[in-house]
Amino acid sequence: MKYGRAYKLTGVLFLLNSMRLYSIIFCISFSYFLSARTLNVGKNFTFQKLSLAFKAASAGDTILIHSGQYSEGNLIIDKPISLIGIGWPVLDGEKKVEILSVKASNVLISGLVVKGSNYASLEDPAAIKVYDASHVNIIGNKLEDNFFGIYLQYSKKCVIRGNKIRAYGKDEQMIGNGIHCWKSDSLQIIGNEICGHRDGIYFEFVTHSVIWRNRSHNNIRYGLHFMFSNDDAYISNVFRENGSGVAVMFTKRVLMINNHFVENWGDASYGLLLKEISDCNILNNYFNKNTAGIYLEGVSRADIVENTFDDNGWGMKIQASCMDNRILQNDFKGNTFDVSTNGDLVLNTFENNYWQKYEGYDLNKDGFGDIPFHPLSLYSKIAENNPSAMMLYRSFIVMLMDRTEKVMPSITPDNFIDEKPRMKPVYL
Amino acid sequence: MIRILKYVILDIIKNRLVLAYAIILAVLSWSLFSLEDNSAKGVLSLTNVVLLLVPLFSVIFSTIYLYNSAEFIELLVSQPLKRRDIWLGFYTGLSLALAAAFMIGAGLPLLFFADLGMSLILITTGLLITFVFVSLAMLVTVMTRDKARGIGLAILVWLFFAVLFDGLMLLLMFQFSDYPIEKTMIGLTSLSPIDLARIMILLRLDVSALMGFTGALFRDFFGSRSGEMISMALLVLWAATPLLISGLRFRKKDL
Repeated sequence: MKYGRAYKLTGVLFLLNSMRLYSIIFCISFSYFLSARTLNVGKNFTFQKLSLAFKAASAGDTILIHSGQYSEGNLIIDKPISLIGIGWPVLDGEKKVEILSVKASNVLISGLVVKGSNYASLEDPAAIKVYDASHVNIIGNKLEDNFFGIYLQYSKKCVIRGNKIRAYGKDEQMIGNGIHCWKSDSLQIIGNEICGHRDGIYFEFVTHSVIWRNRSHNNIRYGLHFMFSNDDAYISNVFRENGSGVAVMFTKRVLMINNHFVENWGDASYGLLLKEISDCNILNNYFNKNTAGIYLEGVSRADIVENTFDDNGWGMKIQASCMDNRILQNDFKGNTFDVSTNGDLVLNTFENNYWQKYEGYDLNKDGFGDIPFHPLSLYSKIAENNPSAMMLYRSFIVMLMDRTEKVMPSITPDNFIDEKPRMKPVYL
Repeated sequence: MIRILKYVILDIIKNRLVLAYAIILAVLSWSLFSLEDNSAKGVLSLTNVVLLLVPLFSVIFSTIYLYNSAEFIELLVSQPLKRRDIWLGFYTGLSLALAAAFMIGAGLPLLFFADLGMSLILITTGLLITFVFVSLAMLVTVMTRDKARGIGLAILVWLFFAVLFDGLMLLLMFQFSDYPIEKTMIGLTSLSPIDLARIMILLRLDVSALMGFTGALFRDFFGSRSGEMISMALLVLWAATPLLISGLRFRKKDL
């Protein structure tokens, strides 16, 4: 394929396919287990209390939780059972305990409202915490006002799908992450909505996982945060109005496809923050109204292809510590500054991008401009060194300086160049 | 005063130069908006018009007009009229005529093409800039009797505020970049009407970039509603002060 390293794409597709496979397997196994037993919990049912039902259940049973208020302290699930809520039963931790602790594999949790986990700085209590388990499915729950929402540690092959996770954090120290994954593998995080947490989704030492179609907005720090998590993909997510959109740090081989990074505003705010990463693909994303679309520091061998940078303060801030990145076929339009950098060293390739600021011509009508484009404006360099100079932006003298620099580049590095800029945007 | 105003406006319309100004502005803005498929880009170019062309024309036209009407002014002074009324009549006549030309030339296409908030801000600043530079022209004409010197001074005033002032600011910024100069810079911008207008527009156009600017101070000051009010009030002050000084001088002036 066109951009190399496309085998990753097929990998993701395989992952998505295998999701379907798993759910079929689960259905089959459920129907097998269902022949075992179904326990009803509720006011007018066999079990009044959840803890009693948990005690009575054996492996493979289904517990139907009918609507009502359940405040029974910490509940530990230590056998493979399914919890299914009917009419949104509320499990309330009353800000005293962690609510559901999953310590067995093959558990299903669905249709519950889980709220009010306690706050603790040492042991990270969560609404639903999975300890060292695999095949735990957490599907379609509502999580309200917890310290951590869903917490996975040492977990494998878990599915977190269609949950609504909301918290009301004000201070970074006082609130946990929406979906927190630590030392896990092969997770699927799909279609969740997360807001008001510290990080919407947090990955640390998580591998071979996919994050798909989530909406993460109004979180205090990042919409999505990667640390030391290799071989993951996040696709078609929306990150809106977070402290910063997404941070990918100290990581290799992450796929970022078709995400929206919108309105991540602030003094040190970025749509996408990349730090010390390598071999990543960033394709088809849309960056709109961020202070900086992408900030790259110490990034190597990343392909940034067919993204749209629209109406940002800075389209890309690419530090001189980045090398061997390829920035191809992107659209830069309506940004105050398309690109800025902090040094003279340029080890990256810019090619075939569309620059709205380009003023060249196309005589042979091949769709590419005949004269190269210098995307780095003088004033972006000045503003980089001396931020308060932004105050004079768009004044006559600044315009004059920028023009002169365009004609005779002397201060900006002359190899910072797009040899074949596009005449028309890739996406209209 | 109303009668003087009427005479001035009729005279200016007969002059046709203001008409030409309106037409030039109209041609510029219509073509800018119809050439660019993106109205934001048209707004951007019009910003430069508002910040450069409008003050230039306002100050030079007013100066020349006042020098040319020197005999008419002498005639008026010999009548039983208050000098203050004569002076105010000329000021309002000039600024209303120029403002009307600006509204027809640039205001209408702006309202037509650009989004409302942006066009309102551009129109307000354009009008205020017109008032400020007519007022500065009044001051210039009252300072010197010699027409050539007066016009030279007017051009200098424009050049200073449009170009040199920003150059000086830039210089200051680099010289003192190691010091916390944000507050001083905010104070200094109020010394130039064009800068005040530019920043009011900038805050609408480049919000995202300014959000990144480390001096949150700057944004907090100018970005808030009260900051906008303050900059507008400063612009009004910039129109009123030269007018007041020139009026006082005109009252005592030996014609």
